[in-house]
Amino acid sequence: MTEQTIKAIIERGPNPMGARTQFDVPAYDNQTVLDVVSWVQQNVDPTLSYRFACRVGMCGSCAMMVNGVPRWTCRTHISKVLVGNEVTIAPLRNLPVVKDLVVDMDAFFDKWIAAEGLHHGALTREDPIAKVDPTSSARVASDAGVECINCAVCYAACDTVSTNQEYLGPAALQRAWTLLNDTKDNGREKILDAVTGAGGCQNCHSMGSCTAYCPNELDPMSAIAGLKRESAKSFFRKGR
Amino acid sequence: MLSMRLYMLQRITAVAMAPLVLGHLLVMIYAVQGGLSTAEILGRTKGSFFWFLFYGTFVLAASIHGAIGLRTIVSEWAGLKGVALNCFGWLTYVGLFVLGARAVWAVTFA
Repeated sequence: MTEQTIKAIIERGPNPMGARTQFDVPAYDNQTVLDVVSWVQQNVDPTLSYRFACRVGMCGSCAMMVNGVPRWTCRTHISKVLVGNEVTIAPLRNLPVVKDLVVDMDAFFDKWIAAEGLHHGALTREDPIAKVDPTSSARVASDAGVECINCAVCYAACDTVSTNQEYLGPAALQRAWTLLNDTKDNGREKILDAVTGAGGCQNCHSMGSCTAYCPNELDPMSAIAGLKRESAKSFFRKGR
Repeated sequence: MLSMRLYMLQRITAVAMAPLVLGHLLVMIYAVQGGLSTAEILGRTKGSFFWFLFYGTFVLAASIHGAIGLRTIVSEWAGLKGVALNCFGWLTYVGLFVLGARAVWAVTFA
């Protein structure tokens, strides 16, 4: 039997159109997209830059565009994405490319903070731990988005992000929704102000790419819809 | 790009238009079924404060709703920002309102 090869086309930024390089990579069983990229880096071109850490879908480092679709490369079997024997791998969309397959995630994380995606505590260590009812509707809403690992797949998938630089994006807004529903968080007003600012939840067109592509099967679109409802109620109460 | 105030204004005008669109369609179907002529229709709308209010509200809501929507599209697809974007929004609103208001006036009190 002759050895099967995969034709891997890697778009190497920051000028992807001028730097599409094709590599012939040996195919083997249970090979992931990340394995293909690693093979190229280890065997053909040691200058190829890319990010990964855990290889098991926990760290959120290895997201890339695979055939134009944002994916965790560590959890994507190459056999699932091959067209013929070809695959195109590119840096994540909607973020500036540093080199090759590495993007600058600063904007993504800055927006996380801009959406007040941080803990707003009101208690001290002397206070008793707040009781959380796991069956309450607020906790269920909070739990629904809490498994986000900041991989930026939703951010890359979002067309509103690509046309509106100010837009906070699905991940940051989903985190805001998670905290808004968290009984231990005391930042309701701050969060609502943050998610109704210039790049706020009202910019979302509910196209649903975030929910369609989230590798953790979370539903940022519904979280943003929740923020829109709360923001509308707050608007009628306070006129803003 | 889209402020919360514009977002809410667009939603509120959408709610206002929902029954108006329905009323508009039903009246059209009714008028066609009955075989009313233009003169007969104008005979009913001329001097009618009800139809002036009905279509006047419709035009106001539609011009606000449509202008905000077009403003968003132009901002996202053509990259228009700041003063230019606001000017576009206001001009679209005034243009749509004037076109609609002239028609309402023509069939009610002109």
